[in-house]
Amino acid sequence: MPTLDVETELRALFVCALAGDDAAYRLFLRRLAGHLRAYLGRRLFGWPDDVEDLVQECLLAIHNKRHTWLPAQPLSAWVHAIARHKLIDLLRARSVREALHEPLDAAEELFASNQTAAHEARRDVLGLLQELPDKQRLPILHVKIEGLSVAETARRTGLSESAVKVGIHRGLKALARRFGVADQGQAHAQGV
Amino acid sequence: MNTDHWIDALARQAEPVATRQPAPLLARALAWGLPGTLALLLLGYGLRPDLGTVLGWPMFWVKLGMPLAVALAGLALVARLGRPGVSGGAAWWGVLLPVLLVWTMAAWQWAQAAPADRPALLWGQTWRGCLVSIGWIALPVFVATLGALRQLAPTRPSLAGAAAGLLAGGAGAAAYALHCPEMTAPFLAVWYVLGMAVPVLLGALLGPRLLRW
Repeated sequence: MPTLDVETELRALFVCALAGDDAAYRLFLRRLAGHLRAYLGRRLFGWPDDVEDLVQECLLAIHNKRHTWLPAQPLSAWVHAIARHKLIDLLRARSVREALHEPLDAAEELFASNQTAAHEARRDVLGLLQELPDKQRLPILHVKIEGLSVAETARRTGLSESAVKVGIHRGLKALARRFGVADQGQAHAQGV
Repeated sequence: MNTDHWIDALARQAEPVATRQPAPLLARALAWGLPGTLALLLLGYGLRPDLGTVLGWPMFWVKLGMPLAVALAGLALVARLGRPGVSGGAAWWGVLLPVLLVWTMAAWQWAQAAPADRPALLWGQTWRGCLVSIGWIALPVFVATLGALRQLAPTRPSLAGAAAGLLAGGAGAAAYALHCPEMTAPFLAVWYVLGMAVPVLLGALLGPRLLRW
């Protein structure tokens, strides 16, 4: 159970931080920021620009209210309640319809994913794409990253639909080779 | 500002933090609030003259005990709801049970009484004063408790405000019981419960405004 490991590890760091250890505190906040980014990103995906602001606001709230955590309580439940509180606040401030529904999610979910790596991975993929020729790069960019249909991509790039499909296929193969993945011929079926 | 810089700024403020905060915070709030509530009672109302005699009557202890039990449950609820991710839990029963007990006693007493005597059981002599007085006497504990809650981190501000109202209403009603001459269960069941409900309602309404963080 990776979630349990995260709980144990973050709890150990936080306990040190509460004793005044600033190195442990920094590490704790870094790790937590990754989890918060993933958690909030999933719920705010209409407003990607707000995610980072809200991550910082949650970190500040956690910092200011860190005396309210008691060691008997799972840290994930405590952090989750704060993140949800701040998220609801933001949604309510925008008076969007989402504010009417309290997000129904479990506290364990927060520690279940971490997006420090994910946003770096996205940047890496975009960088690697630059190295591909246009007739492979554009189909991958439009279909796999922006989510357009093959027909729409064909119209935008002036390529035929089959050329778009072939471009995606070959481009992904080339990327897979670059990442050192064995060529399975079906790489595109698994998405980027 | 970049999140990494933000984290560095926060981490520089690392210092030993006591994590058993709710208890001392609430103790301090009560150290201000309870004397305030007692002062309002003694200065504005005074103790009932026959207090010495009624100390021997079981009904007096029911009248004192029911609001005190509600206040204790309210205290437990405030301590719990002031912390993120902690729900009220079993403490809600501590509110419900004493009230149910008094309602049961009231129903029994009502059923036993001759129809002609019933209005006196219910209305007593002082029902108007009771309602307003309990809310007024509760005020110092109410304000002090909301102040303590602001230093905690309630993520359900409405419920947390209502819990503060239960603590204050219970304390106010218990103090008022030292003045009030009424001694019937139906009176307690209606007017004391409504009197305690005033700060509860107020807390639930004010919570979202006053307990923001």
